[in-house]
Amino acid sequence: MTDQAYNFAYLDEQTKGMIRRAILKGLAVPGYQVPFASREMPMPYGWGTGGVQVTAACLTPEDTLKVIDQGADDTTNAVSIRKFFQRTAGVAVTEATTEASIIQTRHRIPETTLSAGQILVYQVPIPEPLRFLEPRETETRKMHELEEYGLMQVKLYEDIARHGQIATAYAYPVRVEGRYVMDPSPIPKFDNPKLSGSAAIQLFGAGREQRIYALPPYSDVVSLDFDDHPFTASKAAHDCALCGASDSYLDEVITDDAGGRMFVCSDTDFCGGRRAGGHLGALGVAGAL
Amino acid sequence: MNPAALEGGFTNAAVQSAQAFRAALEAMARPGTLQPITGAAPPAPMSPAAGALLLTLCDSTTPVHLAGAHDCAALRDWVTFHCGAPLVGARDASFALGTWEAPQPVDRFAIGLPDYPDRAATLIVETTALGQTGARLRGPGIQTTAALSLPESAAFQANHALFPLGFDCFFACEGQIAALPRSTIVEAA
Repeated sequence: MTDQAYNFAYLDEQTKGMIRRAILKGLAVPGYQVPFASREMPMPYGWGTGGVQVTAACLTPEDTLKVIDQGADDTTNAVSIRKFFQRTAGVAVTEATTEASIIQTRHRIPETTLSAGQILVYQVPIPEPLRFLEPRETETRKMHELEEYGLMQVKLYEDIARHGQIATAYAYPVRVEGRYVMDPSPIPKFDNPKLSGSAAIQLFGAGREQRIYALPPYSDVVSLDFDDHPFTASKAAHDCALCGASDSYLDEVITDDAGGRMFVCSDTDFCGGRRAGGHLGALGVAGAL
Repeated sequence: MNPAALEGGFTNAAVQSAQAFRAALEAMARPGTLQPITGAAPPAPMSPAAGALLLTLCDSTTPVHLAGAHDCAALRDWVTFHCGAPLVGARDASFALGTWEAPQPVDRFAIGLPDYPDRAATLIVETTALGQTGARLRGPGIQTTAALSLPESAAFQANHALFPLGFDCFFACEGQIAALPRSTIVEAA
């Protein structure tokens, strides 16, 4: 039931209009962080206030919403955001990636390939990829203006000098359409290749940092690397213990106090779908979901 | 004020503006596609599609420029009542509305700043026909190539050459819109 005390999708119309203008400018300049007047939301910063505001600005009553947190539909963050929009917008919700028209995500891209007509909304903590290299906003803004991204290459080089490889495993910087360097939010670098050429619209919202940016469908997104140290999308060298998938991103789960562990798909919908389809991993139980 | 100016707005603003925005979002994300957009009934010569865009995107914080025949009393009243947007000259506008001939030369419009390319104007261009033929489009949002019946190519090529600066365009025809962001590469047919 829609909570009638609130406007549709919680935010007032003028706020949604402001966010919508920022999203359209973000799509026109892919990868550029558009400032917007982020509102205080009824949840703490760090819980996806940016993503929630972008989702609220995009939602229509006909939408089916899916919310995931690190790939899972059933964790606290995902459940509370899903309930929030059920209450304030009355939209249908789903856990199936293929049935959703809007997917709000914290730190994962679903394993199932997204299609045209779907919108993926990322929750972003620090939108500025250069922030940990240069704390001053005035300077990073100038660096984006001048395409001065040498500092980021130096950072990746220092990784190689120190660790023998690029040690950045998540929030791996990308270059969009040969112009802006962008933080893809803290998705594992395993997900980076899915950013490029996706049929879905990808929108990024950072509430505390007050930035919105976007990737139109079929955008060219390249992970930064070196000729002699090419980008690799890494994952744990195991198969999913439940569904046996060898090509999905895995979470490590500690199972006892004696060092026991198992690796399972981070994307619960993907894993459940595979098990329903009869795939079984080393620890999977037939018929159980 | 003309009482007719009070008519023709959204009857259910929250839902209709959300649906209109999704049309605008799909259009801007996929240049060259045509999107149906409904809900507004503005006075002539504004099309229902352009009216829905204005109702969705404009408010008291977005200066609007009405160009040519669109700068008439009926439309000034309608935009003022329904959007509350200040009506300004081309240089100060965040949104501009008119046929393609009216707002010329288009290099008067804001193209953003090198450090803030988002501070650029959005042109809503009224056309009598909108079709997926004509100039070839390439770029973000387009898988291979698309085609759109643009009023000309040269102005949009010059605009793209300014990237990441430049204005962005919506094209409105009756109940349909298409969009051409500054990122799109235009090749004459």
